Amino acid sequence: MPDNFGSYILPVMVVGIVLFGLVKKVKVFDCFMSGARKGLHTVYELLPSITGLVVAVTMLKESGAMEIVSALFAPVTSLFGVPDEITPMALLSPISGGGSLTLFESVLKTHGPDSFIGQVASVVMGSTDTTLYAVTVYYSAIGIKNTRHTLMAGLTADFLSLVLSAFFVRLTV
Amino acid sequence: MMNYVFPVLLLLSFISAVATGRIDALSSAVIDGAESAVQLLLRLVSMLCLWGGVMEIAEQSGMTKVFSRLMSPIVGMIFPRLRKEKYALEAISMNITANILGLGNAATPLGLEAMRRLQDINENKTVASNEMVVFVVMNTAAMHIIPTTVATMRGQYGSAKPMEIMPAAFLTSFCALAAAIAVAKIGNRVKSSQDCKQRSA
Repeated sequence: MPDNFGSYILPVMVVGIVLFGLVKKVKVFDCFMSGARKGLHTVYELLPSITGLVVAVTMLKESGAMEIVSALFAPVTSLFGVPDEITPMALLSPISGGGSLTLFESVLKTHGPDSFIGQVASVVMGSTDTTLYAVTVYYSAIGIKNTRHTLMAGLTADFLSLVLSAFFVRLTV
Repeated sequence: MMNYVFPVLLLLSFISAVATGRIDALSSAVIDGAESAVQLLLRLVSMLCLWGGVMEIAEQSGMTKVFSRLMSPIVGMIFPRLRKEKYALEAISMNITANILGLGNAATPLGLEAMRRLQDINENKTVASNEMVVFVVMNTAAMHIIPTTVATMRGQYGSAKPMEIMPAAFLTSFCALAAAIAVAKIGNRVKSSQDCKQRSA
């Protein structure tokens, strides 16, 4: 396997799909354009909800609220052997992808990627996604108002990732 | 949901900013936030158009059917009620494939297409269906096999073994994903048994 194996995935997929279309005698560029036009329509649906979400999340990040929430959460997470240093990052990750990446960088810088703290932080970052963003975008694109228990289930998974990360790092590294 | 989340986030921000003396930062965050929303959306425009176009080719050529068939053992197990809804299953399979390969940029547009098809067969157009809940929850968890972003950043900060965390990351994501689906499905069952009681009452 070549070193830059990861870089092959995307081009192979795009070129592969277009070639397959050619073989099947599809008018590939006409198809591409009509699909791309649909994408443009989706953006129009998403603008209002994304603006609201990002404004709220940016305000939350700048307000210092996450420090307060982290301090409240630290006793709980340390029960499971999660280092206090990564709690702010882990709590931000379901809300803001960019914000938690910044905190992840500072953890790597201060503690080093191969320290226990650095490893647990890496596992948390590698095993979670921006839950609130996904829920908002997926539902607002099709006009669903009542999302039922989606957010609760998503956040449960995020919390489990945090708790399990320390456990699995001790087990496997 | 956002009718509750939005005000809670705003109130929490305001109170903490006043308490910690960061009202100046909060004030600029209001405008900055709206600006970065548009930046985020611009990035999304390109991805939605690119993958919308590529997906259309895959669809017309019958390639999505191939993916759907390959993924059907897993997808069919998670979404048993969709076995006959081939159209929705195809988009769901494409989204899961993109997620597993770590193509986050492609996963969102494909996922939105899947949501649209789930909405077509949804009875109440403003309430999430059981399948939607499970599908969105899957997309809030990490499904990729290789955490490329994290590995790259570890390398940049001088890790001797950037990939050393892979087994732990894989186990953690797998358990979290399984738990997410389980919670979503338990919630679905609780809700539908409540509906039955209401109907019979």
